[in-house]
Amino acid sequence: MLIDKNKIIRDIIIRMSFESQNNIKVLEAKNISKQVNSLEGPLTILSDINFEIYQGESVAVVGPSGSGKSTLLSLLAGLDIPTKGNVVLNSINLSDLNEDGRAQLRAKSVGFVFQSFHLIPSLNALENIMLPFELAGKNNARDLSWRIIKKVGLQERWSHYPSQLSGGEKQRVAIARAFATEPAVLFADEPTGNLDSRTGIKIMELMFELNHNLSTTLVLVTHDQNLAKRCDRTISLDVGKLVSDQRRNE
Amino acid sequence: MRALLFSLRSLGRDLRSGEVLVFIIAIAFAVGALTSVGFLTDRIGKAVNLQANEILAADLRLRSQEPIPDKFKDLAKDFNLVTAETMWFPSVIYNKEKNALSTIRAVSDLYPLRGSLRVSDTLFGEQRKIDEIPPKGEVWAEAALLARVDAEVGDFLSIGELELKISSVLTYRPDQSIGFSSFAPSVLINAKDIPNSNLIGEGSRVSYALLVAGQENEVNDFNAAMQDNLPESVRIQSQEDRTDRVYSATEKAKRFLSLTAVISLLLSAVAVAMSARRFTSKRMGEIALMKSLGATQGFVITVALIQLFLFTLFGILIGSLIGFAAEELISKILLDLLQQTKLPSAGITPVILAALSAMILVIGFALPSLIQLRNTPPLKVLQHEITAPTPSKIFIIGLSFLSVSILLYRSFNDFSMLLVVIIGIGIVAILLYLVGRGMAIFFGKAFKGVGVAWRYGFANVSRRGRDSAIQIVAFGIGITVLLILTLVRTNLLDSWRQTMSNDIPNHFLINIQPHEIESLSMIFEANDIEVPLFTPMIRARMTKINSQSVKERDYPNEDGEWFVNREANLTWANKLSSSNEIVDGEWWPQGYEGPPLISIEEGAAKDTGLIIGDRMSFFIAGNEIEAEISSIRKVNWDSFQPNFFITLSPLALDEMPTTYIASLYIENIGQSFFPELLKLHPSISIIDLGVIIEQVENIIKNASLAVQIIFLFTIGAGIAVLFAAVQSTIDERRFESAMLRALGARRSTIFVGVITEFAALGSAAGILASAGASLIAYVIATQLFNLPFSFDPKIWLVGPLVGVTIVCLSGCLAARTAVNAKPADFLREAAR
Repeated sequence: MLIDKNKIIRDIIIRMSFESQNNIKVLEAKNISKQVNSLEGPLTILSDINFEIYQGESVAVVGPSGSGKSTLLSLLAGLDIPTKGNVVLNSINLSDLNEDGRAQLRAKSVGFVFQSFHLIPSLNALENIMLPFELAGKNNARDLSWRIIKKVGLQERWSHYPSQLSGGEKQRVAIARAFATEPAVLFADEPTGNLDSRTGIKIMELMFELNHNLSTTLVLVTHDQNLAKRCDRTISLDVGKLVSDQRRNE
Repeated sequence: MRALLFSLRSLGRDLRSGEVLVFIIAIAFAVGALTSVGFLTDRIGKAVNLQANEILAADLRLRSQEPIPDKFKDLAKDFNLVTAETMWFPSVIYNKEKNALSTIRAVSDLYPLRGSLRVSDTLFGEQRKIDEIPPKGEVWAEAALLARVDAEVGDFLSIGELELKISSVLTYRPDQSIGFSSFAPSVLINAKDIPNSNLIGEGSRVSYALLVAGQENEVNDFNAAMQDNLPESVRIQSQEDRTDRVYSATEKAKRFLSLTAVISLLLSAVAVAMSARRFTSKRMGEIALMKSLGATQGFVITVALIQLFLFTLFGILIGSLIGFAAEELISKILLDLLQQTKLPSAGITPVILAALSAMILVIGFALPSLIQLRNTPPLKVLQHEITAPTPSKIFIIGLSFLSVSILLYRSFNDFSMLLVVIIGIGIVAILLYLVGRGMAIFFGKAFKGVGVAWRYGFANVSRRGRDSAIQIVAFGIGITVLLILTLVRTNLLDSWRQTMSNDIPNHFLINIQPHEIESLSMIFEANDIEVPLFTPMIRARMTKINSQSVKERDYPNEDGEWFVNREANLTWANKLSSSNEIVDGEWWPQGYEGPPLISIEEGAAKDTGLIIGDRMSFFIAGNEIEAEISSIRKVNWDSFQPNFFITLSPLALDEMPTTYIASLYIENIGQSFFPELLKLHPSISIIDLGVIIEQVENIIKNASLAVQIIFLFTIGAGIAVLFAAVQSTIDERRFESAMLRALGARRSTIFVGVITEFAALGSAAGILASAGASLIAYVIATQLFNLPFSFDPKIWLVGPLVGVTIVCLSGCLAARTAVNAKPADFLREAAR
C-alpha cells in the first residue's frame, strides 16, 4: 500500500494547528433563516441554521441542488443579510452593518473563489490580482500581486487576459486574488465545478496549501465528495435545514 | 482621491474593453455631429448674415435727416470698424433741355461695405460687379432715368452746378430695397462732388446714413456703446429690422439649420442612452465583484462618475477632431458649390457648445443608468440573474426630458417651437411604444403556421415584448427625424421656394398717375403681360392718435416711435389683399361708405401700442383726416405684393393726391420695352426686383445646401443609433443562435429568422415614423413657418422601406457574428 507521507505529515500539522487555535471563533451562524418572496408567496430557503467556525478550519457545505448552500454562503460572507438571526464574522454582527460597512469588512477579512472564476475580462492576470489591493488603497499593489502570482505558478502568464487562459489557470488567478489580502475567511463556491477532474484536484491542492500556509479559515460549497472529504468539517443541508455537522475525525 | 487614482489606474484597461469603446464612440459621434453641425450653422449662418447685410450695404446703418455727428464715425473707428457715408436727396437732373426728377446719392469711398455695385456699359446691357464708386466728376445713372432724359453713356448730366460725365449705367445697389417706395430713379455720384454742387441748402430734404461694418462682436459692442448718446433723429438699421423681407428669409434659414442641429442632437441622445445602458449592464457583474471584494457604494459610484467623465472627455476630444476635419472638408465643398472665394471662419464656440451639450446629454441620458450601478447587489456574484434596482422611471424620464429641453431651448430660443418639437417627438415615442407592444403581442399570436425560421423571427419580437417595443421606439424616432428632415427638405423648402419664385412679381412700377393706368394697361396687354392690380398710394404724415399729438405719446418700443414719426404711405382698398389676413376685428363690408376706418398691420400695431377703436389722424396735402382702427392684419411680406402698414376704407382718401403702385411679373421681354415704356410715361419709376429675389434665393440656396449636408450627418447618426440598438441585444442573440445551431438549426434558418425579426421591427417603426413625421411636419409647416403643407404620400412608402432596409441591413450586419459563430464557443461562454 502506497502511503503518501507528505499528506500524513501535513494532516497532522493541520490538526495540530487547528487544535491549537480552535478556541478562536471566526464565524458564527446564530439561528439564521432566509425567506424570499415568490409568486406563490413567501418561500423559505434557509431555516434556523446554527453553527460556529473556528480559525484555520476548513468547512465544506454540502447538499443537493436547491438545499440552500449558496444562500448560506452569501449570508456568511455578508453579500446578503438573513431575514432572521445573525451572522457574526470576526466578532462583528453583520446585521448591525449597512452595505458599505459589510463591504469594508469583506475588504479586510473575506476572500472569494467562485465556480465561474469571475475574472474581469478587460484586466490581465496580474491586474485581476491587483484589484483587491487597489480597492484597499495599497500603493504597492503591483509588487504585492507579483509575489502572489508566483505562488500560484502563473508568473509566466501574468500579462494574459482571461480569454487567453485555461479554466484551471483562470481559477488559479481567482485563488491568488482571493488569498491576496490574506483574509481571515475564504469562501469558495463550487471552486472545482467548472474544471475537469485532474485540474480540479490541482486547484484543490493549491487552495488547501494556501489555506494552511496562511492559516485562513476556508468555507466551501461543493458537490464534490472528494473535495468535501479533504475538509476538516462537513456541514450538510437539505431543503434549507442543517441536517448534519461532522468533523473529519468524528 | 483613492477613487480618482483607481479610475486613472484602470483607465488604460477600461479603454481596451469593448463597451467603453462603444460608449466613447457614441459620445465622439454625438460631439462630432454637433460640432460639424455647429461649425456649419455658424459658418453658413454668418454667410447668410453677410448676405442679408448686403441689403443694408453694411452690418449696421445709422440713418438721419440731419448730418450724422462725426463722433459716431470716430466711435466706430475705436471699435476697429470700417465706415462709409452716403447722403441722398431729390433733385432735378438735366440732359440739355430734357429733365427728370431723380434721387441724387452721394457716396464716400468704400461704399458699399457689404455687397457690390453693379453697372453696365449700355442701357439695359449686360451688368457686371464693380468694387469702386464713381470717380469725382462722373456719374452713374439708372437706366430708367437715362431713358427719361434721352441720355447715353458718355453724355453729360447737369446736376445743380455740376456737369458730370455718365461713365456707366447703374444697375444695382445693395441697399436699393431700403425704402424703395419713396424714391425717384437714382444717380450715384462721388461725395467729393457735393461741396461744389450747390445742391444742399436750407430746407433741402437730405437724408444721411453712416454705414458701419466689421467683426460681429465689435459691431455689437459699437451698437451697445452708441445707444446711450444717440440723438432722437438718428435711427439704427440692422438686419433685424422687422419688415425686411430678407430678414424674414434669414430667420427661416436659421430655423431650418437649428432644426437639423436638433435632429442630430436627439439621435445622439438616443445613442448615448443606449450605449450607457449597455455599459451599465456589462459593468454590473464587475461592480458586484468589486463590492464582494470590499468596494463601498460611494467608491463604486465615484469611480463610475470619474470614469464617465473621462470617457466623455475622450469622446469630446475625438468628436471635436472629427468635427474639425469634417468642417474643413465641408467648407471646401461649400466653396465650390457657392462659388465664393472665402467663407467666414467658424469660431471655437461650436466646440465649446458641443462639449457642453455632450455633458448635458451624458447627465440626462447616461447618468440614470450609471446611478443604477451604485445599487448593484454584491450577491450578484453568486446569483447571476439578479440585477440592480432601476432608478424610478419618473427620475429617468424627467432627467432626460430636462436635458433635452435645455439642449433644444438653446437651439431654438423659442418656447413655442420647443414645445411643438418635444410634444411631437413625445407623442411619436408613446405611440410607437404602445403600438410596438401591441405588435409584439400580435406576432406572438399570429404567424403560428409559418415556417420555423419565420416563427423564430416573429417569436423573437414577441418574446422580447418590452425590449422590442423599446427598439421600435428607438428605430422609430431615428426614422421619424430622418423623415422630418426629408419632409422639411423637400416639402417645406420646396413649398417655400414655390411661394418665392412662382408668380412672384419681379418688377415694381411706382409713381403711376391716375390717368396713366389705362394707357399702361393697354401697353401690357399689347405685350402679353398680365395687367396688374394698380394699388393707390397716398403720402401722409401721422399727426395724432386719439386726439393726442404723436410726439407726446409713449410707445412700447422705439420702432413704434419711428413708425409714427416717419412719412407714411397709405392706401385704401375695397377688398382684403390675398397676402393679408385679418387677425383681430373685421374688414369693412363690400361697398362700405361709412366713416373712415383703418386696418393696421399686426407688427405696427404692437410696436405703437395701437388697438382696435383707437383713432389716428393724418395730414395729407394740407388736409387732416381722422379714422378709427377697425381691424388688425397679418401681412405676408414674402409675397412681394404691394403691402401697406395702414390701409383705409374706400372714400376715406377720396380726392387726396394719389399715385398708383403695381407689381408685375415680366419675363423674356425685348430690351427696348422699358426704354419705350419710360418714354411714354416719363414720371413712372421701374424697380427691378429680380436682383432682390436672386438675393433671397441665394440665401435659400445656402440654407438648403447646409440642410442637405447636415442631413448626411444625421443619417450617419441615425444608423449609429440603430447599430447601438442591435448591439445591445447581441450577447443574447449569440447565445440563442448558438443554442439553435447546437440543436441542429442550419445557418440559413437562423439568418432568415434574424431577417424576419428585423424586417418586422423595421416595418413597424417605419410605418409609425411616417405617421409621426407627417404630423410634426404638418405642425411645423403650418404653425411655425406659415407655409402651405402638402401631404406627401411617398412618405408612407419611404418610411417602411427605409425602416426595413436600414434595420435589416444594420441588424444583419451587427448580428452576423451571432449567426456565423461556432455553437460550442458560445455555449462554453454562456456556461461561464
